[in-house]
Amino acid sequence: MEVRLEHLTKIFPSRDKKGSEVVAVNDFNFTIPEGKLIGLLGPSGCGKSTVLYMICGLEKPTSGKIYFGEDDVTDVPSEKRGAGLVFQNYALYPHLTVRQNITFPLENLKGEEKLTKEQRNAKALEAAKLVQIEGLMDRKPGEMSGGQQQRVAIARALVKMPKVLLMDEPLSNLDARLRLQTREEIRRIQKATGITTIFVTHDQEEAMSISDMIVVMKDGVFQQMDAPQKVYDDPVNLFVAKFLGTPAINVFEAEVKDKKLHIGEDMVMDKVNVKDGPVWCGIRPEGFILDEQGALHCSLTGVDVMGRDTSIVSTNPKMTGLNIRSIISAEDLKLTSKDSVRFNIKRSKTLLFDKESEARIYYD
Amino acid sequence: MTKSGVKREGIMGTLSGWLYLAPALAFLIFFMVYPLIDVFIYSFEEGYNSASQTYFGIGGYNYSYVLRDPYFLQAVKNTFILVIFTVPVSTILSLLISLALNSIEKFKKLFQTIYFLPYVTNTLAVGLVFMILFQKTPYTDGLINLLIKAMGMSPVDFIEGPYWAKMFVLCVYVIWIVMPFKILILTSALASVNPVYYKAAKIDGASKTRIFFKITLPMISPMIFYLVITGFIGAFKAYSDAVAIFGVDLNAAGMNTMVGYVYDMLYCDGGGYPSYASAAAIILFAIVLTITVINLIVSKKTAPKG
Amino acid sequence: MAKSQDIVKLERTAKTKNAVFKTLMYIFLAFWGLVVLFPFYWMLLSSIKSYASYMGERLPKFYASDPTFDNYINAFTQVPLAKYFLNTLIFTVITTLLMMLVIVFAAYAFARLDFKGKSFLFVGFLALMMIPNELVIITNFVTITNMNLRNTFLGLILPSVTSVFYIYLLKENFEQVPDELYYAAKVDGTSDLKYLFKVMIPICRPTIITVIILKVIECWNSYVWPRLITDDANYFLVSNGIQEIRENGFGRDNIPAMMAAVVAVSLPLIILFLVFRNKIMEGVSREGTKG
Repeated sequence: MEVRLEHLTKIFPSRDKKGSEVVAVNDFNFTIPEGKLIGLLGPSGCGKSTVLYMICGLEKPTSGKIYFGEDDVTDVPSEKRGAGLVFQNYALYPHLTVRQNITFPLENLKGEEKLTKEQRNAKALEAAKLVQIEGLMDRKPGEMSGGQQQRVAIARALVKMPKVLLMDEPLSNLDARLRLQTREEIRRIQKATGITTIFVTHDQEEAMSISDMIVVMKDGVFQQMDAPQKVYDDPVNLFVAKFLGTPAINVFEAEVKDKKLHIGEDMVMDKVNVKDGPVWCGIRPEGFILDEQGALHCSLTGVDVMGRDTSIVSTNPKMTGLNIRSIISAEDLKLTSKDSVRFNIKRSKTLLFDKESEARIYYD
Repeated sequence: MTKSGVKREGIMGTLSGWLYLAPALAFLIFFMVYPLIDVFIYSFEEGYNSASQTYFGIGGYNYSYVLRDPYFLQAVKNTFILVIFTVPVSTILSLLISLALNSIEKFKKLFQTIYFLPYVTNTLAVGLVFMILFQKTPYTDGLINLLIKAMGMSPVDFIEGPYWAKMFVLCVYVIWIVMPFKILILTSALASVNPVYYKAAKIDGASKTRIFFKITLPMISPMIFYLVITGFIGAFKAYSDAVAIFGVDLNAAGMNTMVGYVYDMLYCDGGGYPSYASAAAIILFAIVLTITVINLIVSKKTAPKG
Repeated sequence: MAKSQDIVKLERTAKTKNAVFKTLMYIFLAFWGLVVLFPFYWMLLSSIKSYASYMGERLPKFYASDPTFDNYINAFTQVPLAKYFLNTLIFTVITTLLMMLVIVFAAYAFARLDFKGKSFLFVGFLALMMIPNELVIITNFVTITNMNLRNTFLGLILPSVTSVFYIYLLKENFEQVPDELYYAAKVDGTSDLKYLFKVMIPICRPTIITVIILKVIECWNSYVWPRLITDDANYFLVSNGIQEIRENGFGRDNIPAMMAAVVAVSLPLIILFLVFRNKIMEGVSREGTKG
């Protein structure tokens, strides 16, 4: 099922009389293609969960429309929408067994949809098999690990055969190892069922690793939607560029003079086809080439070896962060001086942004 | 921001909310709010007749009648004596017991269970036991008098004898009844004092008494004040304890309490005198309120900040 | 490393001091235990002494030389103790059930539902907690009398089917159930009512049981209201029954039979207490610290 949001806006009234109202979601427009896994990404408190709650009907939009396929579901009550929801803290009913938890949604079906107990149990078993917990059907949630509980929660959301599966930070309560495992699991289940899935996260790595597409938002405002690699390579603004990638992009205060890009005194790139003036220059960590004759002069702070990669930590007066992290493959690592280092930069890994609006400036 | 509540908007939500509350609301309005207003009205209606539900006029006569009624004055005196004796004694005794309980490990649970028993027993039923323990009849002096004689004093009839003896039994019984609650509250208050403080004090070489007065007491003082306040309120409302020991006709025994006076006024033949009862009840609560406020002011002034 | 003489000496005195202190504590605690238990022992003892031997003891004995159960038989045959028990049972069960029904809905409305006027209403509820029963009982007595409900179960039960404090206690507990469970249930199409009975109540069962037990104790021991509202012995509850037995029952001197009735009245609650000891003590201490 394709999900389409049109001018979706949510404004919360202020809590006390003096305070101003909060715009949690501001004029959202995007279409989620059928059968895809979408990561909704943004910093904590940016309105991601509100978008999710509006899609499943728990929260009423202030204005705008939500379509499932061709149907306008904006005013359809949540139970009629056919959306499944998975929560960060699993939200399993602690007094019910796994089987009872999974059959719970089926017991609410009425009229023609009503199922017999056998049918319900059969469906529950099917869903449990999908998430591979069929051996734990008679346990209580308290007797299971976090990862297992989250699988039960997914099974409970899937058992109704929802048109859309929504996940609100499904991995945040898991420890690092389980998180990796469970996210592969979510990917597998989504592929197996083909259900359009939206999952909310503030962890960009998580979003990038399993999503077909990611949607980046900030302060209730839609920023960009595209395939993960595309968003990484081609961010529309400085915020998106900074939000994606570990280590984060290195941002410098730079200036364009005569189609040449300067960072401080150093002329780092030519043939920059934009008008003269100050810009933000972002360089991805992998965009640095170690070169004794390199254009960019930096003072060396140290070398971090992290498994495969080695990163050089250095500083430059024009940088904006704490330091500059550049990832260099081990065979290229030849440092000649103890306290200074010089780089050339890769054109494809260098991004320019407007100094005022922080919007992307394309220079080719 | 992400955790905003799901609002049930519109009239339906409001309607169903009030619907869920309706039974509780109906009962509370009918049996609490309305009576609360009514009791003031009753207390100013002079010569109210409960059979015909008529009255002569509005004024303070009910109050002046009650305040001149010797039974009421006796009840006020009894109640004040009861309050002055039982509140400090029970509070200090329960504090000592709780401290002792806190210093042991073995049998702690057993003692706590035993100490709590009076809380769940029927006041009227156990009062009878106290009566026979203290009673002096033509056949026997009773167990307590036996003890008194063993100590070389002459026996007293605590139930139908002199005033001070009757008052003594009543105080003993009231203390026996209120102890479980106080011990329970103080034991949990003591247990919740972080042991780190005790360890720190020990390392500093503080003596046991110093630890008690400088650490334990200040830490649990809010609970003690709470117990004193509720103790005052409770003791002012004493009634069934007295009935349990001296029987229903407390006025005849000279052992009535203020609450007992209110009920006796209601219970009289022919529907009773709700106006007098109301006036007496309001006088009682004026006293309770004053003493509670004084208590609160004192506790605010002496309680450690933070 | 050998300890120096002084330290050994210090340790020894500290140990003796500690042992003496502990012993004193136990003696003190045991004494109070005796004070608490003795009345119970005495009523049990007196209840199994025969009338003759009780009256014969000018010096009360601490044991029964000829234990007998006749007093218990007398208590249930000579006076309508069984009737008092039945009345109390009916009163307790109906009052508790009605109250649970009323307060569960109210607590749920306060904890989970969102509606206009809620916070205003809740403040009003809290204010009601301060109102002493003695003030409102006068009008209630007149109301029930005017409704001709004296000497009826309805009259006994009606004023005690709500408790602001228990609503408050349950509401606090309901609020601890995570919001997500409610959202999950909403997405699955669960009605508010079904959510209350299928999710909320089972999860909060411990608190609900505590409230039920406390209410049962309160009902079983209630005296003042029943005394005002009943003067027909057919509607007496055990407390009034005991009082009636004392004044007009076996004759004022038949203490053993009276004690048998007292034991019979006290026993159910003592058993209840021993079974649910932890729940009751925890519930009462919460009542103490929050109420």
